[in-house]
Amino acid sequence: MASFCRLVLLGFFSFSLSAVFSPPPALAQERPYFVAYDHYLEEPGNLEIEYFSTYGIQRGGNNFHAFWTECEYGATAWWTTEFYLDGQTTFHDSTVFTGFRWENRFRLLKREHFINPVLYVEYENKNGADKILKEVEGHDVEADFLVSNAEAQKEHIHEVELKLILSSTFKGWNFTENTLAAKNLSNSPWEFGYALGASRPLALKASAKRCTFCPQNFIGGVEMYGGLGDRHNFGLHDTSHYLAPVLAWNLPSGWTLRISPGFGLNDISHRFLMRWGVSREITGFGSMVSRLFGGHQ
Amino acid sequence: MKAAATALAVSISFLAASVVLAQSRSSGKSPVGATPIYDPVIYAELQKAPEKARNRPNPLQNDADAVAAGAILFAQHCAECHGNSAEGSRKAPSLLVPEVQTATPGALFWLLTNGVVRKRMPVWSKLPEPQRWQLVRYIKSLGGSATAVDSPVPKP
Repeated sequence: MASFCRLVLLGFFSFSLSAVFSPPPALAQERPYFVAYDHYLEEPGNLEIEYFSTYGIQRGGNNFHAFWTECEYGATAWWTTEFYLDGQTTFHDSTVFTGFRWENRFRLLKREHFINPVLYVEYENKNGADKILKEVEGHDVEADFLVSNAEAQKEHIHEVELKLILSSTFKGWNFTENTLAAKNLSNSPWEFGYALGASRPLALKASAKRCTFCPQNFIGGVEMYGGLGDRHNFGLHDTSHYLAPVLAWNLPSGWTLRISPGFGLNDISHRFLMRWGVSREITGFGSMVSRLFGGHQ
Repeated sequence: MKAAATALAVSISFLAASVVLAQSRSSGKSPVGATPIYDPVIYAELQKAPEKARNRPNPLQNDADAVAAGAILFAQHCAECHGNSAEGSRKAPSLLVPEVQTATPGALFWLLTNGVVRKRMPVWSKLPEPQRWQLVRYIKSLGGSATAVDSPVPKP
């Protein structure tokens, strides 16, 4: 399995390099959130390649650096599909591949409304060493991360995750609320979680000149996320919660940089999570693939 | 382990299939060659703008920088599908045609905001309102004086 995963990672790395350096980039107008989602999907035919890191302070154990790479493709104007590969390094322990995810988001309404619902469906195939904290669900707490990688890897998790994303845009602000329900397919109860976010570009009007440091290229905001227990014990008891300011910088070259320091809101949350990410949007990726297979575009 | 490898392979296959299918579907109704698509259904969307939206004036009508800013936004977000000069392509229609150039700024703004998601035109409300109005100014500036109607339709 390890060699297979290495091959897959190598393939993805080569693929990412070729995609990044060949087709024309577009200025991304990316959300700054790391956990919450808004209702904006990837433009049809565009591919976004993303890399994210989470550095976590672990009380009573070793700090960790979890990372994931993500390929996000706009299949249609109402359907975006994404593929993730996850891994982590626990200091004084080891570096491990922790699994993959396949995510789909579907826009439910044809037009823009005050509240815009998006349905999120994800399949996760990961092991117990996963530490990317892409979401917090059920009774996930800091103490879960104390297990050594060798031990945690023995747990295999096949999970289906559903989210209802409700997002609004008002006077340049985006407000979003995500409700999460996740089911481990190996006979575990449904677990629940939430994420909330608010963000706004630093300027609403675009500059008449191409610029890197213009305020409209920066989007700032805040997100809050946490668990809501499970089917047998729903609520805030024994759940962890985080508050994180977020900032995204959309560069004219097509790159987006994101950063977010996150703070645990209770004693069973990690005290501090530092997240950062880099992504690049590739326009016309679908047309390029289509041409490879003999299409006209 | 075998199950994980199979699931991974299946997921990648689905992902690849979605890319190929989405592209083949989008190009299925397009004419052969480089001729831009002309689909009256897409232009007809402009007529669906509610009267209130259609009659909204462009708040940046007198903004001296709006066309230049709109041109940059157009190159960044729209040219990939509509062509560098908005002449259209196999992916998206021309914006130089009378259907677009005679539309009111409010109708164009409404279409940008709502998209035509069943016809691959994304929702552009992720661009703040002033940027969408800048785009409208730029699009209307392409039409020439013969066809352009750059002010809202007066109420009867």
